[in-house]
Amino acid sequence: MLRIETISKTYSDGTHALEDVSLRVGPGEILAIVGGSGCGKTTLLRLIAGLDSATQGRILVDDETISAPHPAVGIVFQEPRLLPWLRVEDNIGFGIADLPATERRDRIAHALDRVGLAGYAKRWPRELSGGQQQRVAIARAFVARPAVLLLDEPFSALDAFTRASLHEHLLRLWEETKPTIVMVTHDVDEAVTLADRVVVMRPRPGRVFETTWVQLERPRDKLALGFEKAKRRVLGALDRSLRPETKPPEGVATEAAASY
Amino acid sequence: MSQTSIALTDEGVPAPSSRRSVGRGRLLMAAGLVLPVALAVFWEWAAASGLFQMRLMPPPSRVWDTMAALAARGELTHHVLATLYRVFAGFAIGALAGTLIGAFAGSSEAVRRLIDPSLQALRAVPSIAWVPLFILWLGIFETSKIALIAVGVFFPVYLGVGGSIANIDRKLIEVGQVFRLSRLALARRVMLPAVLPDWIISLRSGLGLGFMFVVAAEFMGASEGLGYLLIDGQQMGKPDQIIGAIVAFALLGKACDTLLLIVTRPLLAWQDTARGTL
Ligand SMILES: Nc1ncnc2c1ncn2[C@@H]1O[C@H](COP(=O)(O)OP(=O)(O)O)[C@@H](O)[C@H]1O
Ligand SMILES: [Mg+2]
Repeated sequence: MLRIETISKTYSDGTHALEDVSLRVGPGEILAIVGGSGCGKTTLLRLIAGLDSATQGRILVDDETISAPHPAVGIVFQEPRLLPWLRVEDNIGFGIADLPATERRDRIAHALDRVGLAGYAKRWPRELSGGQQQRVAIARAFVARPAVLLLDEPFSALDAFTRASLHEHLLRLWEETKPTIVMVTHDVDEAVTLADRVVVMRPRPGRVFETTWVQLERPRDKLALGFEKAKRRVLGALDRSLRPETKPPEGVATEAAASY
Repeated sequence: MSQTSIALTDEGVPAPSSRRSVGRGRLLMAAGLVLPVALAVFWEWAAASGLFQMRLMPPPSRVWDTMAALAARGELTHHVLATLYRVFAGFAIGALAGTLIGAFAGSSEAVRRLIDPSLQALRAVPSIAWVPLFILWLGIFETSKIALIAVGVFFPVYLGVGGSIANIDRKLIEVGQVFRLSRLALARRVMLPAVLPDWIISLRSGLGLGFMFVVAAEFMGASEGLGYLLIDGQQMGKPDQIIGAIVAFALLGKACDTLLLIVTRPLLAWQDTARGTL
């Protein structure tokens, strides 16, 4: 589905943002990327979205090399980035202007319903709270039915309650079309709640440090032992990644068993 | 401030909030009239009591009579229309040129480097300095006047549009790119709406400058227009006519500005500002 092959990225000012990153993400998989700030997470998502180009390596979606924004790839940014001059419904429909009007209307109405904003179609973005705006941004990405959806710390500006409800909205939408999701987060709890696999990255230059599989049934019970165990593994990896460089356990994949 | 005293009607029952805000809006509008009316009343009284010299400082009633006489003969309309025509023609040309050149300069670093320094230098030239040149080139009739006004309108529009385009939020552009909009669609669906508020503000200041420049233009020899009434009033010793023309300028300028606001308001319904009160 999504193949990232030996990607390196050096910005024009010499910043070495990514070094030899390779990842494969299967269809319908939810992959979470965690890591300290500055380890190239945003850079990686921008490369996948085709908003920037890699210095080395290549990225493939369904065997097509990404060189510019690809119709199968959608992205939700850290900020909602709604267009303030469009009403909520038109913001959601922004990327599907080419569809027939009825199809467009149906998708918008459905997405609004799914993110719990059914009565808000005619509102202006400024009339919404931060969490509501981010839900509109998620709906805007979903109505275009991307095969790969990228999320860059989409909930980091929100409080814990809002975040938990957005997790539900996100999973509900994901259930429908099962896109491949790559999500950056700095919240280990969020990563373990949503993802099938959690990748911890390490900075300067950014690279993959450790991978943890989370093989727990959805919806996940945060109080279950397996959840706690997976979380501790990720936290451990994160902790090691932030320590001064020793010999990293390169390519080691640990597993949180589902048997609990 | 006592909230209840506002919320109660004469009968002492709570008024619906919509009526309260309408009433308050009228009150605010009336507040703007307090100063001019007070000044007029004082002036009238001062002139009648001999405090002011009637001949040089005619009271509002005299100004009114003079203007009413001009209006009755159809002359006032004639002068107003002449001035309005010049402002609108100059405004149309200056705003169009300012918008186009500003758009080029704002969207291309190369174009900006090429033309902006020269335009900034020209902007520093006092408007009146153009008058002799325009008269030599374009004659003393309408063309030179409209050219002068167009120059006045051009600069604020150029600056507003150019700066606004250069400052469009790159993050919103990226939203358009992610959905793979063509360059044209990106300009129409993202860039144009993004610059609209600044564009309208620049048009307003351009229109204001248009009214300033029309006076300069009409000073350079006109046989009609409100500026002509000013010069004529000075040469013929008719201060009432001068004051009347000044008041007419004030009313006309305000009316045109309000018209521009009303026409453009639907375009900016999404904006989250106190613009409605300006
Ligand atoms: N446009 C850019 N130009 C130069 N350096 C950049 C740019 N964007 C990011 N960087 C640098 O690349 C590194 C990785 O940044 P980023 O991908 O934003 O990290 P993260 O999202 O993990 O916090 C940082 O050192 C950052 O300063
Ligand atoms: Mg980031």
